Amino acid sequence: MRTVSIEDAVSMIPDGASIMVGGFMAIGTPVRLLDELVRQKKMGLSVISNDAATPGNGVGKLFDSAQVSRLIASHIGLNPKAQQQMLAGQTAIDLIPQGTFVERIRAGGCGLGGVLTPTGVGTPVEEGKQKIEVNGKTFLLETALRADFALIHAFLADYSGNLSYALTARNFNPVMAMAADTVIVTSEHIVPVGVIGPDHVVTPAPLVDYLVANG
Amino acid sequence: MDPQTIIARRVAQELRPGSLVNLGIGIPTLVTNYVPAGMGVFFQSENGLIGTGPIPEQGMAHPLLTDAGGRPISALPGAATFDSAISFGLIRGGHVDLTVLGGLQVDAEGHLANWTIPGKMVPGMGGAMDLVSGAKRVIVAMQHAAKGKSKIVRKCNLPLTSARPVDLVVTDMAVIAFPGGKATLMETAPGKTVADVLAVTEADLVVHDNTPEMKL
Repeated sequence: MRTVSIEDAVSMIPDGASIMVGGFMAIGTPVRLLDELVRQKKMGLSVISNDAATPGNGVGKLFDSAQVSRLIASHIGLNPKAQQQMLAGQTAIDLIPQGTFVERIRAGGCGLGGVLTPTGVGTPVEEGKQKIEVNGKTFLLETALRADFALIHAFLADYSGNLSYALTARNFNPVMAMAADTVIVTSEHIVPVGVIGPDHVVTPAPLVDYLVANG
Repeated sequence: MDPQTIIARRVAQELRPGSLVNLGIGIPTLVTNYVPAGMGVFFQSENGLIGTGPIPEQGMAHPLLTDAGGRPISALPGAATFDSAISFGLIRGGHVDLTVLGGLQVDAEGHLANWTIPGKMVPGMGGAMDLVSGAKRVIVAMQHAAKGKSKIVRKCNLPLTSARPVDLVVTDMAVIAFPGGKATLMETAPGKTVADVLAVTEADLVVHDNTPEMKL
């Protein structure tokens, strides 16, 4: 784990990179990293994020400046800009069930090829997917998801990179921290090693590549 | 009583002590207003919380504690937080005893469509497909008709939410269940007759003698 400035953290991300962004309706989202992606004008991003938040908030900031060429999400209903960019063909958006979304990422982080789920059988979600019968029940094969970068927001990070989260800001962060080649973390508080007890570490330090220094 | 209150009060009667319940956005959320005190129902918010409490008092909201719509909520004593994989494991693994969702259409076999109107409304399904496919019991809480058109239809022409039929539909006109895969009128709303219900219902309903009124 290395500590980096916000500028250096984002300069590692090239145009066209795939990024997983933690958070749920901008709660638990690494907002400083998103602001810096906007400032450095990183374009053509493939974003994997539960939702498109709202204009001006969270991942919504990347849609305000049209930096997303592809989005995989479960819900964009509260971001009219994301919907417009999808309907205009500017952004390719895959909408998938939220449980399938998180399980595909979990599979990507755990070395699995995918997961079998009944969610989506008999609906438009099954189109183009392999159906597999197990013990007489029909499942869809949902393949694993990984990204070049995971952008994670924690509540506490210690100097070594151990992370813990607060309340409903945990959401997708610990799952995404397993599923990317490079993991970049912002944290509300950076604290000495030992402040987070071993039983309360949620994301262990070896998963974290870069911890962004607080300003 | 206004239509939403009729629906919320009737759905509240389906809650059981100690059960884990997930409420969708809209009419389902109103159900919490009619839960008897001390019933010990656990409400889940799928963004990672069991033990969802009411909207916090002025000055008591926390920016990292919200419902699935991103609005501030409180947490009750004994609440637990967890990540989204556990949250959807609870939903998909059959640990959620009851989910209550809104609906656009329910058909004569109990199939629900509630997430998209192609060409008009494409918000994404969020957790709806997981909830309908995975929860132990599924109740749809919705108005019986929209703009004069029955939402209880012969066959859904909107894309389905799940191949799994729902268990119960509660509207401002009726309670409908699906024994043997057939829409069956179980109760009528206060002051409504069976004929009133049938007149505003597109699907054919099985009607037994002496259909009772909802007791609210």
